[in-house]
Amino acid sequence: MVDIARTLFFPGLPAAGASRDCTSETPGVRAGLIAASLLFLALFLLAPLAAVFAQALSAGFGAWAAALVEPDALSAIRLTLLVAVIAVPLNCVFGLAAAWAAAKHEFRGKAFLISLIDLPFSVSPVIAGLIYVLLFGAGSAIGPWLSAHGVQVLFAVPGIVLATVFVTVPFVARELIPLMQAQGTTEEEAALSLGASGWRTFLRVTLPNVKWGLLYGVLLCNARAMGEFGAVSVVSGHIRGMTNTMPLHVEILYNEYNFQAAFAVASLLALLALVTLVLKTALEARLGGGAPGRVR
Amino acid sequence: MEVRIEAVAKDFDRHPALHEIDLAIASGELAALVGPSGSGKTTLLRLIAGLETPGRGRILFGEEDASRLSVQARRVGFVFQHYALFRHMTVLENVGFGLSARPRALRPARAEIDRRARELLELVQLGGLEKRYPPQLSGGQRQRVALARALAIEPRVLLLDEPFGALDAQVRRDLRRWLRELHDRTGHTTVFVTHDQEEALELADRVVVMSQGRIEQAATPDEVYDRPATAFVHGFIGESSRLPVRVEGGEVFLDDRPTGLRADWEGPAELFFRPHQALVGDGAGGLAGMVTGGRRIAGVRRVELELGAAHRRVEVDLPLAQSCAPGTLLAFRPTAFRLYPLAGEGRPADRAPARQLAHG
Repeated sequence: MVDIARTLFFPGLPAAGASRDCTSETPGVRAGLIAASLLFLALFLLAPLAAVFAQALSAGFGAWAAALVEPDALSAIRLTLLVAVIAVPLNCVFGLAAAWAAAKHEFRGKAFLISLIDLPFSVSPVIAGLIYVLLFGAGSAIGPWLSAHGVQVLFAVPGIVLATVFVTVPFVARELIPLMQAQGTTEEEAALSLGASGWRTFLRVTLPNVKWGLLYGVLLCNARAMGEFGAVSVVSGHIRGMTNTMPLHVEILYNEYNFQAAFAVASLLALLALVTLVLKTALEARLGGGAPGRVR
Repeated sequence: MEVRIEAVAKDFDRHPALHEIDLAIASGELAALVGPSGSGKTTLLRLIAGLETPGRGRILFGEEDASRLSVQARRVGFVFQHYALFRHMTVLENVGFGLSARPRALRPARAEIDRRARELLELVQLGGLEKRYPPQLSGGQRQRVALARALAIEPRVLLLDEPFGALDAQVRRDLRRWLRELHDRTGHTTVFVTHDQEEALELADRVVVMSQGRIEQAATPDEVYDRPATAFVHGFIGESSRLPVRVEGGEVFLDDRPTGLRADWEGPAELFFRPHQALVGDGAGGLAGMVTGGRRIAGVRRVELELGAAHRRVEVDLPLAQSCAPGTLLAFRPTAFRLYPLAGEGRPADRAPARQLAHG
């Protein structure tokens, strides 16, 4: 009876008792899927990466090194590092605070705050840059006042830092909110009931519980802070040796047809990406089971 | 330390979680807060701990107004249902946390903290597991670590929130007995929350039955079981059957038919009796029902009966040897029962005194 129903309604199904696992594909389909994804990865990810390094080293290792120690390149590297050193800790603190607020407290407008954190992801980086031009430019309310007091925001380091902070806001917060929400507040409550102060509870209970997630967020935040192009491009002014970050420096070199030098600097950024990737994979193993934000 | 709760009320988003509650827990007493979920028992426990702030009223520890104190200053030992052990600390560090979190001036030396923690681990019978991490322990072991951690701060009151809720039945029974022994040895004033009435009856000196943010009854286990103050308590504690009846001229009527039971009452009421408080068989008289099913419960056979056209269901106990096929008619008479005023008949259902009546 059951078998008749099975053939009537599910003619494609193997008969009851067939040995093959009904949720797995045939070997042919599996091989096809794997081949397609490998081909895609090779074509769109590996080949460009190889091309970057090939171009960078096309004139030999000496030329590659020379392009990196050239004063304008060094200045770009220094500026990129400086921006990252300011933006990452800022977003680290903000991310922790926002995640703490969102995960451990109930308040009006919480859903709004959480979606607001995503704004930099949904807004084009160019617009992020333009926001600061509007805010601090000559036509704005505070721009002239600031420059009268000798503070240069646009086309200077502060503007670049602001734009970078803006585009990297979500990384740490997004990573920590689901993690902290899943962990709940009982460990904190336990610490408080045992007499620990709020600060000590944070240092000894909350922070250790999220340290791997935090590190993961910081890593992604850092990669983006160093690699950001659009927003920084709008506010930087492209002054060589002054307000050029590495991505901007690559663009300038490229526009001057100095391909080898452009790719040499680009290869440094690509290396950063690779290191980030390796560390990220290692961290994911620590976080347990792959997807970011997953609880241990 | 005596704990007194005076007119404490608490709202969550304007929904009352606790109406004005008054309760005194004597020093050294082991009290159980029991009730269905949403009855406010956990809220009350968290209010005592200071994890929630009361909307109104005060909570006194001895003569001190604890509602003015922070969680830290209250010095309560709180044990959570899901243990809430610090997962990145060893068992020893967990137990020592409360001592090492003290301000520097009051903090014992590292060696002293470790010694005290080891002592407590011996007390909860977990000596030798100092170096383990919480995920490496079983549920029962984790809960005992949590208890040792709470005891380490020499709490004035020990509060346990469904301490055995996440454990399996066998471990639960063992831990229950063990907690009772521990309490008798250490003498801490202890309040624990449970939704398991059996646990409350077995473990506590006093059972506080709660429902919908109110205390229905606070009394000894015997009192709560034998003389439930309200219909809710009768239904919640132990097994019981209920029948809507009417009392006229001292006689109890069910669906306008006399039951042969007499009561000092007048008007509509709810009649409660327990399965073991019924005389069953020919000549028992009074009430009769159709057998719809039965099951064995330990040493007795519990039979389900359907009464009258309204198909009211009651349960009575029979000796194991007596079999009873579904469909047969069975006569029975409660040997002891209690009447509670029926809600909505002009009398407050849960406030009027109930009457204990044994059939004469």
